[in-house]
Amino acid sequence: MPWFEDIAIGARLDLGAYTFTEAEIIRFATKYDPQYFHIDAEAAKAGPFGGLTASGWHTTATWMKMMIAARTGREEQPDETGRKPAGGPSPGFLEMKWPNPVRAGDTITYSSTVVEKIEMKSRPAWGIIRSRNVGTNQRGETVLDFIGQGMAERRGDAG
Amino acid sequence: MTQPKYYWEDFRLGETVEFGEKHVTKEEIVEFASEFDAQPFHLDEEAAKASILGGLCASGWHSCAMMMRMMCDGYILESASLGAPGVDEVRWKKPVYVGDVLRVRRTCVERRASKSRPEMGLTKFHIEMLNQKDEVVLTSDGWAMYGRRHPGAPVEGSA
Repeated sequence: MPWFEDIAIGARLDLGAYTFTEAEIIRFATKYDPQYFHIDAEAAKAGPFGGLTASGWHTTATWMKMMIAARTGREEQPDETGRKPAGGPSPGFLEMKWPNPVRAGDTITYSSTVVEKIEMKSRPAWGIIRSRNVGTNQRGETVLDFIGQGMAERRGDAG
Repeated sequence: MTQPKYYWEDFRLGETVEFGEKHVTKEEIVEFASEFDAQPFHLDEEAAKASILGGLCASGWHSCAMMMRMMCDGYILESASLGAPGVDEVRWKKPVYVGDVLRVRRTCVERRASKSRPEMGLTKFHIEMLNQKDEVVLTSDGWAMYGRRHPGAPVEGSA
């Protein structure tokens, strides 16, 4: 995460594409969301989605995986003292939607666009960045859409 | 699938129930974070101590996944679940640390029958995940869809 001051509203980060396999869908769901339509391809045929689908949490966790990969190796700018921004945790997210299911073999393209910057009265050294995060399948259908939040450090003179 | 124990009719407005007992281990925190959220405060104890979070803690997405698993084991797997369209809001209120023991408190805050699908009802739950100190570490608000025991039957108090 860059410095709070260096993040521009409207800036879009393309996070790349990820192809979900049946084995991965089942492995994630077996641990965290073992509803039959996420773990049993045969039984899922008679289920609400007409086939095996990824847990919405799997679709979402993969967005985070892609975000981390996109950030990795990027050199953040030091401030005048040579310090680099640490990047902080998130207070939560808003308006998570899974409008279409993710099925085995689907390739999801993820992105993140900055929509809002919020100053924090309680923590003057930090600010909150709100981003609209989207996942789209190979047919152009939205499978994930939410407003994420992350804490970004402010440049040294803020505190 | 066997006959569900819980249908939409069984989630009563205002009802609060508690369930689950999840012991959070370092191995699981690191395993989840290695795959989906490889940030130092989820992977490395020393780096975590020096961070704003003060110690090794679970990815927020891992917290959501652990909540989902407790909900599955607590009632969803025994219910006529038809999935969820998303989540209105999740707040990560406190870090989830190694050694924490988590449970879920579920309150039904809104419910309505589907107009277009008489076999389905919708339920809005306010979910709190608590630790062994009774601190709320996560809240989640959102709708989920369930099959009805009596499709299309008149619903008391509904508009």
